[in-house]
Amino acid sequence: MSRPDATQLRLPEAGDVNRIVPPSGITSLLTAFVAAAMAFLSVFALALWFATERLAARWASELAESATLRIAAPQAELDAELAAALRVLDQTPGVTSARALEVAEQRALLEPWFGPDLPLDDLPMPRLIEVTVDRGIFDAEGLALRLRAEVPTAVLDDHTRWRAPLITGAKRLQLVGWLAILLIVGALTAMITLAASASLAANARVIDVLRIIGARDRFVVRAFTRRFTLRALIGAAAGTVLGLIALAAVPQGASAGVLFADLRFRGPEWLAPLAIPLLAAAMAFLATRIAALRRLQETA
Amino acid sequence: MSRMDMGPRVIELTGVSYSYGDRPLFDALDLSLAPGSFHFLTGPSGSGKTTLLKLCYLELAPGQGHVALFGENADDLDRDGVAAIRQRIGIVHQDCQFLDHLPLSENIALPLAVAGRDPEPERGNLAELLAWVDLGDRANALPPELSGGERQRAALARAVIMAPDVILADEPTGNVDWEMGTRLLMLLVELNKLGKTILVATHDLGLIRQAKVHVQARVLRLANKSLTLAGSDL
Repeated sequence: MSRPDATQLRLPEAGDVNRIVPPSGITSLLTAFVAAAMAFLSVFALALWFATERLAARWASELAESATLRIAAPQAELDAELAAALRVLDQTPGVTSARALEVAEQRALLEPWFGPDLPLDDLPMPRLIEVTVDRGIFDAEGLALRLRAEVPTAVLDDHTRWRAPLITGAKRLQLVGWLAILLIVGALTAMITLAASASLAANARVIDVLRIIGARDRFVVRAFTRRFTLRALIGAAAGTVLGLIALAAVPQGASAGVLFADLRFRGPEWLAPLAIPLLAAAMAFLATRIAALRRLQETA
Repeated sequence: MSRMDMGPRVIELTGVSYSYGDRPLFDALDLSLAPGSFHFLTGPSGSGKTTLLKLCYLELAPGQGHVALFGENADDLDRDGVAAIRQRIGIVHQDCQFLDHLPLSENIALPLAVAGRDPEPERGNLAELLAWVDLGDRANALPPELSGGERQRAALARAVIMAPDVILADEPTGNVDWEMGTRLLMLLVELNKLGKTILVATHDLGLIRQAKVHVQARVLRLANKSLTLAGSDL
């Protein structure tokens, strides 16, 4: 009987669960990949959510504080009507400023729709007055009545008509963002539950051995939850970083014209993408724990 | 069967019945193991030897009757309680199972880690144990690299690392040749001489006769749904 060199013996560590579950290669990679993909999508869903929130808030405030007056008088009376309208506005409580748009400005507004070659000088063009108001004081109906009497060719548009649908649209987009986030979290949880269940089934023998040698349930559960939590954390962290890089590559706000909203995170919004890996790890922890406890209930 | 000895019992089964589906395996069976005793459990294949052992280490629960271990009624134990009891029982399966990705030394020391004990101070004991089961030069081998006899001896080493009060062995010599069977038997005899309670399920009557030369062992026969003390012809 040869006695081995005791100092050379490899020993497990007390309560050490890291090496209990055998390495599972492809399952491990797949779990991390799914977490990464979901985190990547979450970054965009969150960016969309915040962008729509900002957009709705901006539309709401900008449109709420402005109104437009259109003077559609015959060409000969146009200047007089414009002056009368400005006078009325000047006397109206709640109007903080009123400015008649220059003809050149109006032409610039129409150019994107009609092209540069349209002979606008030959067309009867109404004049526009841009009005900023203090909503707390401004009485749109009262102003409309007064204008009807003093400047009958003026039409007041206080933007109420199209402000509401725009804000509703933005809110719905925000809801879609929420739904996307919920679906992503649900899908990630489902995938990790499946992966954990598969791993638990594949390692049924490991669990049996551990139970036979006196392992408590929490020891076995810890061995599996630790592994899947780490995989999800690492995968989601990588996916979040990739998502943020991809987001930075998307044309943003002013530089991209009107087609793209500004998707970049701002200030405290950064906490949301940074929380994605932690949330993924927490979901993985819970999903694996529930799956492991359910599996253990089937063992003696 | 009736109680064999008076005094505190390591394992006590009282009026235990167990069925697989509609097929009853035992009926109102009693078993009582005194500390330091050596018992063989024998009987024809399918008579329920393995099932009886599983009832003893609480892997199965009886349909009727009660199981008590070290004076504790199994009905009163929760899952943590069962785990704690198992840390006091060394179990050797016929198809001894290990964690195949860990070297033998880690597998044998695993019960210590599982129980939250630091294996480091047990390094010397582990070396002694490996030498005792003649696996000193196989400490770094992975379980799939071991032969059947080596696996059985490794399972025995793992079963005793926690210095359990009782060893339950299910056909420990079932997959090994006569010589290896004798070596395993002698290891069990040594443990019994150290005061451990031993219960070995086996159908190998030669092994039983051989053991009786070295130790005062009782032979229990499981047949026809009941447990009886075998005659002195064994």
